[in-house]
Amino acid sequence: MTTLTTMMKMPALSGVNKRTYALWTAAVLVFAFLYVPLIIVMVYSFNDSQLNAEWVGFTFAWYRKLFSDQEMLNAAGNSLMIAVVASAVATVLGTMAGFAMHRYKLKLLPLLVLTPIAIPEILIGVSLLIFFVMLNITLGLVSITLAHIAFCIGFVAIVVRSRLSGMDESLTEAARDCGATPFQAFRLVTLPLIMPGVLAGALMAFTLSIDDFVITFFTAGANASTLPLQIYSMIKIAVTPEVNAVSTLLMALTLFLIIVASKLAPSALRSSS
Amino acid sequence: MNKAPSPPSLLPPRSTPASGRLARWLISGPPLVYLLVFFAIPSLIMIFASFRYAGDYGGLDPIFDAAGKLNLTFESYTRFASDYIYTAIFLKSLMYALITTFCCLLMAYPVAILIARSAKKYRDLLILLVILPFWSNFLIRVYAWMIILGPQSGLTRALNYVLGLIGVQPVTLLFTAFSVIVGLVYVHLPFMVLPLYANLEKHDPALLDAAQDLGASAWQRFWRITFPLSLPGVYAGAALVFIPALGIFAVSDILGGTGGMMIGNVIKQQFLETRDWPFGSVLSIVLTAAALAVAGVAVLASKPRRQG
Repeated sequence: MTTLTTMMKMPALSGVNKRTYALWTAAVLVFAFLYVPLIIVMVYSFNDSQLNAEWVGFTFAWYRKLFSDQEMLNAAGNSLMIAVVASAVATVLGTMAGFAMHRYKLKLLPLLVLTPIAIPEILIGVSLLIFFVMLNITLGLVSITLAHIAFCIGFVAIVVRSRLSGMDESLTEAARDCGATPFQAFRLVTLPLIMPGVLAGALMAFTLSIDDFVITFFTAGANASTLPLQIYSMIKIAVTPEVNAVSTLLMALTLFLIIVASKLAPSALRSSS
Repeated sequence: MNKAPSPPSLLPPRSTPASGRLARWLISGPPLVYLLVFFAIPSLIMIFASFRYAGDYGGLDPIFDAAGKLNLTFESYTRFASDYIYTAIFLKSLMYALITTFCCLLMAYPVAILIARSAKKYRDLLILLVILPFWSNFLIRVYAWMIILGPQSGLTRALNYVLGLIGVQPVTLLFTAFSVIVGLVYVHLPFMVLPLYANLEKHDPALLDAAQDLGASAWQRFWRITFPLSLPGVYAGAALVFIPALGIFAVSDILGGTGGMMIGNVIKQQFLETRDWPFGSVLSIVLTAAALAVAGVAVLASKPRRQG
């Protein structure tokens, strides 16, 4: 059968190659479309010119300017603080949600976990704005953090649930048969087994939080700024290559986190996106 | 994954139903409460806000007026229905989102096929290559196109040089509908590649071999086998691209200039500049309804059909 197919294919072999060639060309063009813009930003962050147009010469000036920009440093500090707190809380709550969704037949929780991922972000942003203002919660670092936790829970829950569904149930069963309480079985058997998923979820929540612009934009108020908000105002008001420098640093940080996350749970990244 | 139901245990039940229910509430309770408070309730409040009057200084008017009567109205809804400007912007946003979805599909297909047909050991790497740009900050990715499409960029100057040779007036690329679509496609492309790949990966190559043995050309094999079988992936990807593309405001804000307004920009304007929250809420509700309708259609369409 196989030989028959192979024989039939023989005359069309050059055609096959041509098609594969076309497929490769199209795919390479798409990958170029994906990567060229980011490479341009990185390259221009070292360009010794005010304009993002021609290559003039190599410089670290934009990075030096960045590290003496107090507003930018404050924003970076805020972003970091929010991301640490939000990802920690979202990881705990998201792990519980993922575990509950795996273990029990629930209706409301999966709906509440998945809808925030499925609807346009702007809706979460504006509804939280109304909510915080109505409750007289001052817009700022606290409101941003509360909002970030809300949209990160779902992503952590999905990663944890996918890790749990790949896990051998009999291990927990065995622990329970040996007399472990449900809590002991979870802490000593299940949790260590799903730990890579939990850590990947935590890193994902951290990245999402540090990168979020839309929801932060509506929940930040006038006095708190984060890195994305700062980048946005720089793009809107006056574009200098300083934006390229901060972008390059942020890309490097994200790349680092992604590499760590993909080492922890190679499949977690795919199932989440 | 094999999920055979576990055989009935011979041991006595480990926990009484009551303690099981307690554990269930202890585990699912905290995330449930958090999402109720910070997602469900705010969404309901937004629906409620759409029936209220705008306050004199922005935000919302008190619920009860001076006489103690309920202060609710359909005014914002009738305004949306009667003011053609907002409907037009909404239709334009739908159009942009549709074009974006179509372009994403065209670009994602070859990549998804390539990944699905490449050797297993390269697949993870190729997928990572698709996701990686998506993980860098969204604003940076949009801003990168500001550089590429800007009037001083190499691309614009080269294009206008060529156009000049054939006697066509110079064109601007940035702050046009074109630049908005490029930005929208760029930001959403991975959302199309991943579900398409997940679908294509499951296809049985024997079907293509069989079609070839029966004399089908490459084009026939694609249109009559690969494409129809990939439709669930296409629908899923289309929903994942269309819904966020519809509600986005940052791309049109940065790459669209003054004429590039989408519905997201109007919502942002109503909440932060005009401060007409009830009307902003109406626009948000219309947007949600459109998004959910698209998601619903995609879910229905991607359900596997019964063999008939």
